[in-house]
Amino acid sequence: MNRFVAMVLTLSVTLSPSAFGDDSKRLRIISWADYVPADVAAQFKKETGISVEVTLSNNEEMISKLRATGGAGFDLAQPSQDRIIGAQREFSIYKPLDLTKVKLDQFVPSLLETTRKNTTVNGQTYGLPYLWGTDGLVVNTKRAQINDFLDLCKPDFKGKTAMRLKRPTMMAFAFALGKDPFALYGDPKAYSALMEQVGATLIACKRNIKFFYDNKDQLLNGFRSGEITAAMMWDSGGWKLNRENPDILYIAPKSGALGWLDTYAIPAKGRNDAGAYAWINFTMRPDVAARITKVIGSFTASKGADALVDPLLQAQFAKSLPDAALKNIKWYPAIPSGLEEMEGRILDRVKAAN
Amino acid sequence: MSEPANRTQSRLLLALLLIPGVLWLVLLILLPHVDLAILSLKPHAGAGTQQLSLSQYGTFFEEPLYWHVFVRTALVSGLSTLLTLLVAFPIAWTIAKIAKERTRSYLFLACLIPFWISETVRTLGWMILLRESGVLPALLVKLGITNAPIEMLYHDATILIGLVYTSLLFMVVPLVSSLESLDNSLIEAAYDLGGKGLTVLRTIVLPHAAPGITAGCIVVFMMTLGNYLTPTLLGGKNSQWFTEQIYTQFITRFNWEQGAAFGFLLLSLSVAMVWAGLKVSGQQFADVMRRA
Repeated sequence: MNRFVAMVLTLSVTLSPSAFGDDSKRLRIISWADYVPADVAAQFKKETGISVEVTLSNNEEMISKLRATGGAGFDLAQPSQDRIIGAQREFSIYKPLDLTKVKLDQFVPSLLETTRKNTTVNGQTYGLPYLWGTDGLVVNTKRAQINDFLDLCKPDFKGKTAMRLKRPTMMAFAFALGKDPFALYGDPKAYSALMEQVGATLIACKRNIKFFYDNKDQLLNGFRSGEITAAMMWDSGGWKLNRENPDILYIAPKSGALGWLDTYAIPAKGRNDAGAYAWINFTMRPDVAARITKVIGSFTASKGADALVDPLLQAQFAKSLPDAALKNIKWYPAIPSGLEEMEGRILDRVKAAN
Repeated sequence: MSEPANRTQSRLLLALLLIPGVLWLVLLILLPHVDLAILSLKPHAGAGTQQLSLSQYGTFFEEPLYWHVFVRTALVSGLSTLLTLLVAFPIAWTIAKIAKERTRSYLFLACLIPFWISETVRTLGWMILLRESGVLPALLVKLGITNAPIEMLYHDATILIGLVYTSLLFMVVPLVSSLESLDNSLIEAAYDLGGKGLTVLRTIVLPHAAPGITAGCIVVFMMTLGNYLTPTLLGGKNSQWFTEQIYTQFITRFNWEQGAAFGFLLLSLSVAMVWAGLKVSGQQFADVMRRA
């Protein structure tokens, strides 16, 4: 490990002005945009006296930042369930959860079970489910009719589509090509060949792509201004656009939407575990969870919260993900370490290709 | 107080004054670099061995993508430095030689004001101007020059515009200071002796301004080479900038060893270009840095 860089970073985190407060009175969360709604944090402060500080991030950055400090600087992280074990094995950035401090009966049993199964190393559990959703297609139905990821590459949509240049896109296109990448996780050679094929498909598709987006607002604005006709995106973004413009729909692709699930995990050197558990129990309360869903547009792992969610979102959900599509969701299994490096080289090549 | 005691005291004072600077250099620049250098020689975590080797540097040469991006970054940086010089020179000349005392400070201020805003915001400003549904394409349609709005973002030319804009000030300042010290009577004398505009520029103005030009070019080149924001935001789906590659290695690939090696390659390029620049222009490093 890189001890010096780690030391400097720890030092800079420790010396930040807010560090001089009482650790038990603040909870530093590293999470995704909108995952900590302001009014929910305000109520939490009122009930417990703990103020929540949020740092916005994504899966890769969460791992990298925690790796740099050996797991210090934050009291709670929210990585996706498939990204925990690999990072934990390699960098030891989380601490095992004390499940006796969590009100487990507040969780939807099936989500809890899946997450525990995918985030357990040596009998220790490192993640609990928070929010879940699907990755699929958002399309402006007035301008295009599409029903699978490969349709984004049809010649009619030159310069009118968008996607992220990240691993979910590769998984989506692998399924669209009729393959099952998850089944090949254990066979690096076959997996690598499949990713090469996906890379070639994406390169051929590149003339259709207006931009690879890094944040959702860039994509939402692309749809609002009419610059983008169809894109690969997650459900809540599509439903948000749908409320603004009924022509824009989120649909589950024929080859299956990708199911993601983001978690609660406690960094190895978090300084307010009690606060973190309090936050977990608080946000899984059905009344609070329903409010979170209202802000984010994604469903939580809280049992009984879905019934409290506003009817419009429920209708959107039912329309986008009918039973058949729900059954066809491809859930990410935990990623073995090493795969991402190989995928990364292919993504680099896609980016460089003209 | 005796003479030697006084000297000791002033030496002590000098040492005390130097402490913050030395600490800064050693703790925040020298040590991290040494640490990164060692890191860049290690095999990727998880490879099993701990033996130091040049394999991370080897990857750079084996994978064409990486050195293509490297060369591309260097060439575009060079081109953008040249363009910055061409744009900045007339501005600097106007400020230093043509403008009156009062206008001069206003002109300087006008150059400075954009830099009161953060680079991110300025770059986003360019995006609003140039995007397909943005200001400039709409204007072109309105004037009847194009039939439909054209996408002006996400091209190499867009990156160049952004880079030149971002670094303009850092070229103007050293140019103005070196042009201001040029005695007007020298130029008049040159004209009196029958020199033409270009001859005067070549034999009088440029040699005098050379240290300023070199200083500006070095600063702008290094800033451009190390820029991350502008190429990433304006370049879009095809943008390939070496700093982006370093970020990717560190953050999305978790491959710090490779990232560190890339960082050192970029640093060596920067140093080599500065050295070459000084050699070609025949300038002394100390003299140039005083101007910058």
